[in-house]
Amino acid sequence: MKLSFSAEDEQFRQEVATWLQQNLTGEFAKLRFRGGPGDEHMYPEERKRWEQKLAEGGWTCIGWPTEYGGRGCSIEQQVIFNEEYARAGAPGHVGHIGEGLAGPTIIAFGSEEQKQKYLPGIVAGTELWCQGYSEPGAGSDLANVKTRARFDEEKGKWIINGQKVWTSLAHESDYIFVIARTDPDSVAHKGLGFFLMKMDQPGIDVRGIEQITGTCEFNEVFFDDAECDAGDIVGAPGDGWKVAMGLLGFERGVSTLGQQMQFQNELNQVIEIARRNGAAKNPAIRQRLAKAHTELKIMRYNSMRMLSGQGGSDGSLQKEALIYKLFWATWHRTMGELAMDVLGPESQVLEGGPYELSRLQAMYLFVRSDTIYGGTNEIQKNIIAERGLGMPKEPRVAAK
Amino acid sequence: MDFAFTDEQLMIRDTAQAFLAEVSDSAAVRAAMVSEHGFDAELWQRICADMYWQAIHIPEQYGGMGLGYVELVAMVEQMGRFLLCSPFFSTVCLATNALLVAGTEEQKTRYLPRICEGMTATLAHTGAAAGQFGGQWHAEAVEATVTRDGDDYMLSGELRYVVDGGSAELLIVAAREPGSCGTDGISLFVVPADTLGINRQILPTMDQTRKLANISLDRVRVPPTALMGEPGQAWPQLQTIINLATVALAAEQMGGAQQVMDITVEYTKERTQFNRPIASFQAIKHKAADMMTQVEVARSGVYYAACVAQEALTGGELAGELNEAASVAKSYCSDVYFSNAGEAIQMHGGVGFTWEYDVHLYFKRAKASEHLLGNGDYHRERLAAMLLDGEVA
Ligand SMILES: Cc1cc2nc3c(=O)[nH]c(=O)nc-3n(C[C@H](O)[C@H](O)[C@H](O)COP(=O)(O)OP(=O)(O)OC[C@H]3O[C@@H](n4cnc5c(N)ncnc54)[C@H](O)[C@@H]3O)c2cc1C
Repeated sequence: MKLSFSAEDEQFRQEVATWLQQNLTGEFAKLRFRGGPGDEHMYPEERKRWEQKLAEGGWTCIGWPTEYGGRGCSIEQQVIFNEEYARAGAPGHVGHIGEGLAGPTIIAFGSEEQKQKYLPGIVAGTELWCQGYSEPGAGSDLANVKTRARFDEEKGKWIINGQKVWTSLAHESDYIFVIARTDPDSVAHKGLGFFLMKMDQPGIDVRGIEQITGTCEFNEVFFDDAECDAGDIVGAPGDGWKVAMGLLGFERGVSTLGQQMQFQNELNQVIEIARRNGAAKNPAIRQRLAKAHTELKIMRYNSMRMLSGQGGSDGSLQKEALIYKLFWATWHRTMGELAMDVLGPESQVLEGGPYELSRLQAMYLFVRSDTIYGGTNEIQKNIIAERGLGMPKEPRVAAK
Repeated sequence: MDFAFTDEQLMIRDTAQAFLAEVSDSAAVRAAMVSEHGFDAELWQRICADMYWQAIHIPEQYGGMGLGYVELVAMVEQMGRFLLCSPFFSTVCLATNALLVAGTEEQKTRYLPRICEGMTATLAHTGAAAGQFGGQWHAEAVEATVTRDGDDYMLSGELRYVVDGGSAELLIVAAREPGSCGTDGISLFVVPADTLGINRQILPTMDQTRKLANISLDRVRVPPTALMGEPGQAWPQLQTIINLATVALAAEQMGGAQQVMDITVEYTKERTQFNRPIASFQAIKHKAADMMTQVEVARSGVYYAACVAQEALTGGELAGELNEAASVAKSYCSDVYFSNAGEAIQMHGGVGFTWEYDVHLYFKRAKASEHLLGNGDYHRERLAAMLLDGEVA
């Protein structure tokens, strides 16, 4: 059992750090520490150009196989890249849904034609993606999607009708991946399809939803006879659930250390404020800051255990991976509260009108969503109890 | 990345688990805990002779196995799971560490082989001050005094909360120069427990699975060869010794937190109410999920601290992180063990409140371990001082 990375990996770290140092300059300098949680609406154009800058340096999709334009980096190298990226304060990745979700799904389940058509745009940082899963009636119960897909023989295309909701960055995206019901008589997991669709078409209407922060990061997406080419269904009709779930497996924790570096930046900032405004002398605040530090420190080693991969002998998700989402989301939410309590009454005064939040204020509000998206805390606990501890499944009530 | 047990470490863990499941079941624990010294001498002999656990991290040149702190922690975790009643923690995690960190070559050569043969030992460093301000366990707790009498040293004072202090054959005693305070003037001595002037009194304790004692030193005369290191300069070593023991204690707590969860989850699957296992109620499932989350996080924290402890013993790169790692692990594990044990009673209902069910053994051990070597609040304040104090830039 060792705590350190290998010498080659440390060399790779140096390479990444140097590149970022040399390139996060000029027009990109102002992007440092921007575009993170609660701040996604900032500098969209500059951040798209930054994405292309990264691509020029070969720093997008680094974990993908080289045949698809990736760099073929090991898990360790991906972790290091993410960590250095966050350490340098490089901005929130506008391409992350394409790179982290759409691309890997297409690589694993897509046709050769789909790979040719979609992967290069993701690697180049020129084509952005969004995720069309949730619907008004399908949140935690994702299998309850009602959006329909019907194959029109005449047009030779899939015709999609229905509505998605909470779709992050739909207003900035070129493409969306959608799960929709291909068999109108099916229920739950059966009869779903997984579709790759162009956003810019008459049948798709995007309407922003104002968030708790007063900004619009997610949207409603309406499909009114929207079209999808015959070749743009991933897998067969009916395979949608399998593809959608396979996608969850791609989150193998490579971004976790980068995310933690962001958390560390936030904690450092709060500690700095506490020292300046005297909150650091308050025994209750001292306890809370020490606890935040303790748990963030351990979070790092929990991820390293996760990445060192002694999974269940039956191939099940390792226990340290099973608990990870619940743990970090809860930690981050607590961190937001602590930030405001360290600031005291000053936490209530905005940067400017009408509703201009400071970074920490935006963070504090945004983190309320960490325990909701990507499986709520309650859903995580169900999963931990059932898969981690073998407790009985939730009773299912038959659909009406 | 290799932040995982090696095959050898896995084997050590599994062997410990299998052995302890056999020799430290509920009946064995209950028999040992009501005995005077709190352990079964025959079992301790078996552990020393057949398993050789007491020698795990003693270097081979002194007759030990020469393994590291990660191996030790893997074993101690299992001892915590099975509530093993033994002088292992005092002998190995306190006294052996003291000899390894602060002993002179002569002292190591003399005492380590005897520990390998089964001699018991402990560290006695805390006076009544350990019981003040909700508990203090570092330099401020050292109160016994040392004076010079010719070539010899004279030790006086009261030592409190000494783990296995009533049974240990060898004592590592911390004492300070009269009038000194804080980290100044502290010396360490290695003293056979039967030395004239030493009086020992075993304390009845709420947790019966680990025995504490008060030791009074009434002008105890020890020769210059008993001094470990330089007179009055022992704080850095003592701090390392306490940190190392703290890491081991955290491992024990994590093992206990795991076991009390396992026992409880098992129980909830068997117990039915409203025609269904209580494990199917979401209120129960979510408590169990919280327990598991905390245990897995605690485990990551303990293994991290174990790696740092190993580097501290071998002078590795991360040796300087030991203060932090010990407090990170101990604060988190203290809270988790207690919270899991408390929830375990709740999830058992009425039977959880009985003497017959084992849950109370864990509940009591959790609180006792929390208050040994500093509870969560104490260690968080220690971390806060590292993080927050000093000049503002
Ligand atoms: C900031 C943000 C960004 C998002 N981005 C996207 C996106 O890009 N694409 C996308 O498809 N979706 C996105 N989502 C949607 C997100 O995945 C859903 O909000 C989430 O799955 C929860 O669904 P819901 O909002 O319908 O809440 P509900 O499922 O209605 O849950 C409401 C409450 O009921 C609880 N609950 C529900 N079922 C159970 C159960 N079985 N046991 C116990 N408690 C239960 C929940 O835990 C929660 O507390 C985003 C959400 C947010 C907040």
